[in-house]
Amino acid sequence: MDVVGQLQRQFIDYTASLYREVSVSFLGYVDDQFTQLQKLQDESSPDFVVEVITLFFDDCEKLINNMAKAMEQQVVDFKQVDSHVHQLKGSSSSVGAMRVKNTCVAFRTCCEAQNLEGCLRCLQQVNHDYSLLKNKLQTLFRLEQQILAAGGSIPMVE
Amino acid sequence: MFEVFVWSLMGLVDCYIICCRHVKEGVSTSIKMESCNCIEPQWPADELLMKYQYISDFFIALAYFSIPLELIYFVKKSAVFPYRWVLVQFGAFIVLCGATHLINLWTFSMHSRTVAVVMTTSKVLTAVVSCATALMLVHIIPDLLSVKTRELFLKNKAAELDREMGLIRTQEETGRHVRMLTHEIRSTLDRHTILKTTLIELGRTLALEECALWMPTRTGLELQLSYTLRQQNPVGYTVPIQLPVINQVFSSNRAMKISPNCPVARLRPLQGKYMPGEVVAVRVPLLHLSNFQINDWPELSTKRYALMVLMLPADSARQWHVHELELVEVVADQVAVALSHAAILEESMRARDLLMEQNIALDLARREAETAIRARNDFLAVMNHEMRTPMHAIIALSSLLQETELTPEQRLMVETILKSSNLLATLVNDVLDLSRLEDGSLQLELGTYNLHAVFREVLNLIKPIASVKKLMITLNLAPDLPEYAVGDEKRLMQTLLNVVGNAVKFSKEGSVSITAFVAKSESLRDSRAPDFFPVPSENHFYLRVQVKDSGAGINPQDTPKLFTKFAQNQTLVTRNSGGSGLGLAICKRFVNLMEGHIWLESEGLGKGCTAIFIVKLGIPEHSNDSKLAFGQKMSGHGQTNFPGLKVLVMDDNSVSRSVTKGLLVHLGCDVMVVSSSEECLRVISQEHQVVFMDVCMPGIDGYDVAVHIHEKFTRRHERPLIVALTGNTDKVTKENFMKVGMDGVILKPVSLEKMRSVLLDLLEHRVLFEAM
Repeated sequence: MDVVGQLQRQFIDYTASLYREVSVSFLGYVDDQFTQLQKLQDESSPDFVVEVITLFFDDCEKLINNMAKAMEQQVVDFKQVDSHVHQLKGSSSSVGAMRVKNTCVAFRTCCEAQNLEGCLRCLQQVNHDYSLLKNKLQTLFRLEQQILAAGGSIPMVE
Repeated sequence: MFEVFVWSLMGLVDCYIICCRHVKEGVSTSIKMESCNCIEPQWPADELLMKYQYISDFFIALAYFSIPLELIYFVKKSAVFPYRWVLVQFGAFIVLCGATHLINLWTFSMHSRTVAVVMTTSKVLTAVVSCATALMLVHIIPDLLSVKTRELFLKNKAAELDREMGLIRTQEETGRHVRMLTHEIRSTLDRHTILKTTLIELGRTLALEECALWMPTRTGLELQLSYTLRQQNPVGYTVPIQLPVINQVFSSNRAMKISPNCPVARLRPLQGKYMPGEVVAVRVPLLHLSNFQINDWPELSTKRYALMVLMLPADSARQWHVHELELVEVVADQVAVALSHAAILEESMRARDLLMEQNIALDLARREAETAIRARNDFLAVMNHEMRTPMHAIIALSSLLQETELTPEQRLMVETILKSSNLLATLVNDVLDLSRLEDGSLQLELGTYNLHAVFREVLNLIKPIASVKKLMITLNLAPDLPEYAVGDEKRLMQTLLNVVGNAVKFSKEGSVSITAFVAKSESLRDSRAPDFFPVPSENHFYLRVQVKDSGAGINPQDTPKLFTKFAQNQTLVTRNSGGSGLGLAICKRFVNLMEGHIWLESEGLGKGCTAIFIVKLGIPEHSNDSKLAFGQKMSGHGQTNFPGLKVLVMDDNSVSRSVTKGLLVHLGCDVMVVSSSEECLRVISQEHQVVFMDVCMPGIDGYDVAVHIHEKFTRRHERPLIVALTGNTDKVTKENFMKVGMDGVILKPVSLEKMRSVLLDLLEHRVLFEAM
């Protein structure tokens, strides 16, 4: 029981930390939408969050690759890049990946301005954000697995 | 008597006549027999005598005959005469006598034998009847005499009755006088009028010369002449009260005759030449209102008397009669009663006036207080609004400022600004809350909420501060504490936050522990709160929360002041901590509104402090439990289900597609997903009730799809409802949606709540406009 309790506390803290991050940019990794996702998870769809997040990660990777490829072209098709970014923005906002979404917003501005340097920078940022988030969420999921394995239940973090 | 005498005389005369006749007859007979006897022819004197006899006999007969006639006539006239047969007898006797005398007339001259026979018969009859009458009279006369005596007796009786009548009449007169006097006296409730009227009426009734009233002075040692009948304004003569004559009068309630020379009676200069009129004095009891006891009325409570002196006119030789004295006594009593009534009336009028004045003053004070309260409320409301507006601006802009890029110093400044303005906002809210609480205009907003969640939230809110101070906070919820409760969530949280905040504020180190459990009856009663009588019932339970801290503690002397607003303990700790001093006062009022009780216990300075409060919360009905299951891992679905609602989701972004699907599946819908508009148009059928389409897609524009759908389903009830999902919020987009016939627009990202309410709205109204 103690182990579970410890793990649970860790889980809570970690989850909490995802929402608040005392860092320069004052932005959490995830926002309310993530909570909404968690609410949708119930007995009929026990792995809903994991599934959606996995989907998101895949989608993200694909889009980032596409964008990279598009921007390596000689003549950059900003419209296409923009559409990719739009997609990414949509996806990230659906799952509540706050940072990624915000970066996408900035990315779109650069695309509209047809600022290649800005776009590249944004792409880098997006990649960075995505990686971070992926790490964090994978850790979270691992914790969840551990708790479940130890016989406890996932505590709700309001 | 006279008659008897007359009859006897008659009798005698008759006898003589008879004898004479005999002699005469003898003589006349003898004369006839001897024509020439020795008797010589009669004298001429005999002839005269005979003539006179003749005449008198005639008259006697006449009278004899007329008397019975008269008798009969008068008896017939009168109604009552008990001896009729006597009368008959008498009549017969008289008639016969008369007849005899009448017949006698014929015997003076020569008469035949028949006349003699008739004469004899009548004489015999007369003799019989008169003897009978004489015998009868013996019986009758005593009767007649007794009648006379009875008559005399009745006359005496009548005289006596007359006398008595006279007496009664006199008494009635007296009574009438008294009634009239009383009426006059009692017809007014004014003291002076009463007394004046008494004297006037008495004077009139008894025809007095002078009538005076002596009242005791304030000191009670003297009698002062207050009212007189004849003199207009009596100058204040006084007489010491201890005079023997006065004492004598006061000692009894009878009217007494006093000497005209005593000081109380010497009211005017001597009028008459010979004798002053007799004087009578009587006491009039006066009622002291302060001694007025209903049970002791009137003997025991009156100690003061006034003296009424009445003087008969001088030289009238009139005496005071008994009934007049009685009259005076009665009047004196009535006067006493009337005076007491007047006194009572005066007193009650005075009391009533006083009350009215007080009422007016109170009313004025109340109106002033109301005006003051209204003014204060208006002031507070206005000030509050005025203060809040700039405050909001400051807070909002400072928050926004925080979000931008700032240097560390700037950030620190902005944080301070934010903190201070939050504090100020709290203070303003507190003040307004408190004034509303005191007015009683604050009402709890009841609702069902998660009790455990409240505690957790408070814990989360307080954790940052506690961690800064390195205080350990523990929350202990009893296992039997209901998860849901009915009450005012916001205010409970406010109270809890305040109490826990105080605990954290006043502890420099150590730990703060929060315990919450359901209070049972024994623990409900507290010696510190003797007038707190909690009564648990079926629908309610009492929540008891104890917050123990290891801080500075409280001086037991300061405990009563804790809940007074604005009163603070002036210790070093508190001065540094800030705060307005209103917190506990507000908490107390909230707790009171929740029919509970709050108090603090401390063993002393430096020994920590425990804040305890008990509040009454309602137990939600079981049917409500399912409503609150949202957000929790429960097997049931949310508040509303849309079972079997066939929905089509069109979105090319796989992630958002799966999220939307997950949303709708969670709400119980039967979801079909398509990733392109062609597929959508291919698949859509009448069965689908709602189509969610993401509107930023390549290929055919979402607008076109909507138009196509409209073309495909011409009749409104067959067509599925079309809802656009977009991240675009501007008005133009919205207008465009409406133009192509979309039934609603939702802004992404969609939360569960929003989706639920959207579906509800849609299905109810078949149109949705505001889901942005």
